[in-house]
Amino acid sequence: MNRLARAWDSDLAYSFRHSPVAVVAAAVSLTIILAAVLSPWIAPHNPFNPATLVLMDGFTPPMEPNAFTGNVYLLGTDNQGRDILSTILYGARLSLFVGFSAVLFSMVLGITLGLIAGWRGGWVDSLLMRIADVQLSFPSILIALLIFGIARGVIPPAYRETMAVWVLIVAIGLSEWVQFARVVRGAAMVEKSKEYVQAARVIGVHPARIVATHILPNVMGPVLVIATIGLALAIIAEATLSFLGVGVPPTQPSLGTLIRIGQGFLFSGEWWIILFPSIALLALALSVNLLGDWLRDALNPRLK
Amino acid sequence: MTKHTPSAGFRRLFASLMLSAATLGVAMTAADANTLRWARVGDALTLDPHSANEGPTSTLLHHIYETLVSRGLDGSLQPRLATEWSIHPDDPAVWVFKLRDGVKFHDGADFTAEDVVASVTRVTAETSDFKGLHTSVAGAEAVDDYTVHIKMKGPTPLYVQNLTNFFIMDKGWIEANGVQAPQDFKAGEEKFTVRNTNGTGPYMLESRDPEVKTVLKVNAGHWAPAPQVTEIIYTPIKEAATRVAALLSGEVDFVQDVPVQDIERLSNTPGVKVTTGPENRTIFFSYDMTSDSLVSLPGDNPFKKPQVREALALTLDRDAIRQVVMRGQSVPGALNAPPFVNGYDAAMDAYGKPDLDRAKALLAEAGYANGFSVDLHCPNDRYINDEAICQAFVGMMGRIGIKANLVSQSRTIHFPAIQNRQVDFYLLGWGVPTFDSQYVFDFLVHSLEEGRGGWNGSRYQNPEVDAMIKSLATETDLAKRDATIADIWKKVQEDRVFLMVHNQALAYAAKDGIDIAVHPENQPHMANVAFK
Repeated sequence: MNRLARAWDSDLAYSFRHSPVAVVAAAVSLTIILAAVLSPWIAPHNPFNPATLVLMDGFTPPMEPNAFTGNVYLLGTDNQGRDILSTILYGARLSLFVGFSAVLFSMVLGITLGLIAGWRGGWVDSLLMRIADVQLSFPSILIALLIFGIARGVIPPAYRETMAVWVLIVAIGLSEWVQFARVVRGAAMVEKSKEYVQAARVIGVHPARIVATHILPNVMGPVLVIATIGLALAIIAEATLSFLGVGVPPTQPSLGTLIRIGQGFLFSGEWWIILFPSIALLALALSVNLLGDWLRDALNPRLK
Repeated sequence: MTKHTPSAGFRRLFASLMLSAATLGVAMTAADANTLRWARVGDALTLDPHSANEGPTSTLLHHIYETLVSRGLDGSLQPRLATEWSIHPDDPAVWVFKLRDGVKFHDGADFTAEDVVASVTRVTAETSDFKGLHTSVAGAEAVDDYTVHIKMKGPTPLYVQNLTNFFIMDKGWIEANGVQAPQDFKAGEEKFTVRNTNGTGPYMLESRDPEVKTVLKVNAGHWAPAPQVTEIIYTPIKEAATRVAALLSGEVDFVQDVPVQDIERLSNTPGVKVTTGPENRTIFFSYDMTSDSLVSLPGDNPFKKPQVREALALTLDRDAIRQVVMRGQSVPGALNAPPFVNGYDAAMDAYGKPDLDRAKALLAEAGYANGFSVDLHCPNDRYINDEAICQAFVGMMGRIGIKANLVSQSRTIHFPAIQNRQVDFYLLGWGVPTFDSQYVFDFLVHSLEEGRGGWNGSRYQNPEVDAMIKSLATETDLAKRDATIADIWKKVQEDRVFLMVHNQALAYAAKDGIDIAVHPENQPHMANVAFK
């Protein structure tokens, strides 16, 4: 109770309450995340189980009965008879899972390498930061495509479908770690020279302990900001890869896959297949992005 | 550092949506009178003329290389590099070809009988993908500069029908470049012939960037009257909507494979003409029905059990696939032979309604009451809606407890995997350039030996059927031959060697003023295109 009240009174909460954009963005993100997480219980159908699909339901327009089966779907169906609403919910769940996991992966990797570089300095720092520079000179989607291509060659076809999601996570994660590493390195270098760290070193605290208990908590602010914006980027990266046809298998469509499928029917009049998943992706990516922007401003002492 | 910019991928995603939408409103621009810009879903796999027996590859090669005979729009044989052909009056096992005089290869070399002999040797070599069409050939002999004898192992009255995709190369060029053996495509071999050509055809290779763009220029020294099209720009465009957008925006003049969903829209678009027609091509599923173990199911092979194969047939809802996936643009059937083909039988092509209860009972009888799990391999850039057909079938199989994992890949990976027997359950399409059932049997039904059975991924092995297939090549009594064909089809249907889905229909779209007739083998030739 006490903690809750303290949190409510904190600067961050105050800034949040007074930012309508942040409140709306948080509400939209939370709604989508909740709907996605609960999709197995709230979705009308399970689009990832091909056995439940009725092909004759294919191309049903929203809110109109199918010409053959008479079934009605709120947002219509795609070319395989998948309910678009259910597919968006399941697809968003997949996109969010990939997004969160990829960010977590790149965060752990980036923080670890950033702390090592910032703390050790010298040639370790130079080596890690030059690797980061090289990677930054490529668009991250290219790196993800490269990792995906290598994984395709290494993994036998029989396991590709089950491994596809994990390959996506690693591919996106590996292409985004640099942001974390650079910020953490900078912050760690600043903290390293401060008196309290010097004091800890003088009394003989183990370096690993200093890094973990003194430096890490002090670099978490910026990391949180990058993680939020990184989440939006990861969701878009997943959608892009799936849109290009290298992401998840076609029987488990994510939002990007659905948009790719829908793109084939742009000219023939089945607008709902591409429109609704695009809106869902836009809403999700935009709201998470706006939250990240707000967090950045709120945590920036110079803007106060 | 914390300032963030939208990712390139996001922008690309949106740009492509915007582009597709924007092209809707763009007016048609007039085609350059001499250049024809040609778009198709995929590229030729190789330019080696004897390396890949595959539709799009042969279609492009027909512009650069020439055959002894060619197939007219009505299915009849037409003279090309050969002006006359006949069976030798004294020896029924010898085919005599009179060759066209005054033909030159692109490098200036004269076309003579020796070139045909060298090409016969090459097309019957071990790495040739066309050797199944020439299994009866014993050897070729140049009688004089413009007469060739092709000696067969026995009387082969229909051999000339096998020559419509047999491209003639220059003997001197073959030897100078050391390309006596065709490129081993399924082994992924790279060879001089893959990117370099020297044919007698009406067009010469100007430049080639595989999967991106191939430019052909007219061959001024060609023997036939000069074609109206003097330059061909061939562009593979994989995405259906992008292909249609390219035609609507005037970026290309001719789209060879119009997506079924866009036929209606394009037909109603001023300035665009859509031509539809049946294709001489079947689309079917194959499964390994003889091995003891599947790649994706080690130690077991459900397809070995006839009940499982029958259950699969009872699961496939061909009418639903025709209605939804193909939008009515297909002719469903149960016989793996298009109606164009000698040996086609309407009674055997008839199919029943799906019966899931019976299918489940059959699975239980075979010992798979709880179904099984297997990989289904599918190309995603070759046949009309190939991946969507596979997806639909995965759903249908799921309803009787068979869990199929869909592995959907480009045909450049899919086809070698079939030929190397690395996949055991897959979708394939088969066109029949000879218009005779023997072609289907030689490649898909005969067991793997002596150049036959190269695409027999069902691993069907039946010595009795093999003997009947071999007899087709030499049987001179056509009535008896037809009876044997009917017997083989009966056996193939009884044993359920294939799970046939449908015959594909074609839709071409071109700008108004460009007249391209639908070719039953889907091999349009730009030298025949008339501008109006």
